[in-house]
Amino acid sequence: MTAALAIRGATKRFGAVLALDGVDVTVDRGEVLALLGDNGAGKSTLIKCISGAHRLDAGTIEMDGRPVTIHSPTDARALGIETVYQDLALFDNLGATDNFFAGRELATPSWLPRSLRLLRRKRMTESTREVLARFEVSLPRIDSTVGLMSGGQRQAVAVSRAAAFASNVVILDEPTAALGLRESQGVLALIRRLRDDGKAVIVISHALDHVMEVADRAVVLRRGRKVGELPASREAHTQIVSLIVGGGA
Amino acid sequence: MDAQGHEMTLPASQSLSADGADARDRLLGAALLGLRLGPALILLLLIVVVSLTTPVFTTTRNIGNILSQTTLIALLALGQLLVIITRGIDLSVGSTVALSSVVGAIVYMHTSSSLLVILAMLGTGIAVGSANGLVYVFGRVPHPFIVTLASLSIVRGLALWAANGTLIPGMPHAVQVVGGGTIGWFPYSAFVVLGLALAVLLLTTALVWGRWLYAVGGNPDAARRTGVPVKRVLVSVYVISGFMAAVAGLANAGLTDAGSPTFGDLAELDSIAAVIIGGAAFAGGRGNVGNALVGAFTIGIIRNALNLHAVNAFYQLMVIGAVILLAVEADVIRGRVEGRLRVARAMGA
Repeated sequence: MTAALAIRGATKRFGAVLALDGVDVTVDRGEVLALLGDNGAGKSTLIKCISGAHRLDAGTIEMDGRPVTIHSPTDARALGIETVYQDLALFDNLGATDNFFAGRELATPSWLPRSLRLLRRKRMTESTREVLARFEVSLPRIDSTVGLMSGGQRQAVAVSRAAAFASNVVILDEPTAALGLRESQGVLALIRRLRDDGKAVIVISHALDHVMEVADRAVVLRRGRKVGELPASREAHTQIVSLIVGGGA
Repeated sequence: MDAQGHEMTLPASQSLSADGADARDRLLGAALLGLRLGPALILLLLIVVVSLTTPVFTTTRNIGNILSQTTLIALLALGQLLVIITRGIDLSVGSTVALSSVVGAIVYMHTSSSLLVILAMLGTGIAVGSANGLVYVFGRVPHPFIVTLASLSIVRGLALWAANGTLIPGMPHAVQVVGGGTIGWFPYSAFVVLGLALAVLLLTTALVWGRWLYAVGGNPDAARRTGVPVKRVLVSVYVISGFMAAVAGLANAGLTDAGSPTFGDLAELDSIAAVIIGGAAFAGGRGNVGNALVGAFTIGIIRNALNLHAVNAFYQLMVIGAVILLAVEADVIRGRVEGRLRVARAMGA
């Protein structure tokens, strides 16, 4: 079986610092991969190379067995890779629909320059409703501005936006960091639905409890290297912690 | 499949079922709506009070006067609105009014073509706006305040230099009609304002560009990451603002049958005041065409009413200042109500 996303020999250098040193990571469809590691381990750098914010110095990225190049966020999105950033990248002054379609509005007619096309509001609202319903996200009102929503609802909008447009991979950076217990559970449920929907999901989180609840597999990075890869389970918890801190190894 | 029974939905659904929270939600929502309609309600109140105390106010002649006198602020406010939505400011519009009128007058001295005169005037505004936008975006200047403060000075200087410091009489008939002509009591310039307001309304609400505009104003970083052409949007708002200033210059020149380097003095501040009275915020991402016009007419009607009562012009300045403070305070209150609504919704029950 070919992985939805396979990164091999990922290497990235910032001046004298080797942020990534030959890291191999694969994710399958319908799988949640936890990317773990202490601050500065290279998780964020790896994610940024996949989502197009950085370029790899060396190494390859394959999707469904085919090599791809990702040099910009636009490249990544075109390949069906969506990222939910820690700051969510939401527009507080806009509603859920406009947030969903920001930068990729459905508009007509196609012979006009993109900026001057007429918005197809109904279609955008309908498909936003549809996605929110599919992921069982309920909002007070779909046209209410995102700035007036609670932290959990905002996170849900950001995650379902990614889910709606990611045909292949969804990356979540610290999805529960700013949330209370109840809202965290909601987001974790949402991540399971992403997986059940057939996406390859990568989750970065410091909240090990949360990650273990949803992840199928965990990859641990330390100082830019992959130091462990194991099934995510309660039993593996202590082993993962020691891999992260690198104490007894 | 959902083997482990993740039937959990997000907390939002629970908050909806709670009656108390629902009522509170509705109350706060109503308060928010009231604050949003605030600018229009204040204008309405103003109109009612002035009509009751000043019989001349509602005569068609006076209404025509108000429309004509508010043309300048209204046109500048349409451009300024777009700039302020993107968290920017355009201080150069008053100077652009002057320069485009002077350029028009000079072109008219050398040709008799009204088309060339009009094109030269509009071109002047577009050129100033493009310069503002390009220098701001590609010169990586931290804030447009600085760029447009510089062009406020440069453009006014250019106008004074080109006109030799004095008024240049003479405008083609077409320009005179646009600026000063009327159909009965209704000024042509009001049609220009209406037409351009509808164009901006279309741009901001129905076209992709409008979504980009509010996205850039709401969260520039996210806009960049989601593929919105942020730089192009930023340049375009300054171009449109320059264009609006040129149209205002054209109307002013037509009304007075002259180009003058002193036209539009301090008009940039009026336009900013109009947009702020109309509920837009310097923080960006908010504001609409209707409210910007409401802001412009609030200023126009206050001036008109005080004129009709022969109140000293010094008081006009004070009254308009007070209205600006009132509008900003309403915005602060609105921010608080929004915060409470957010908390009420987050709490759920």
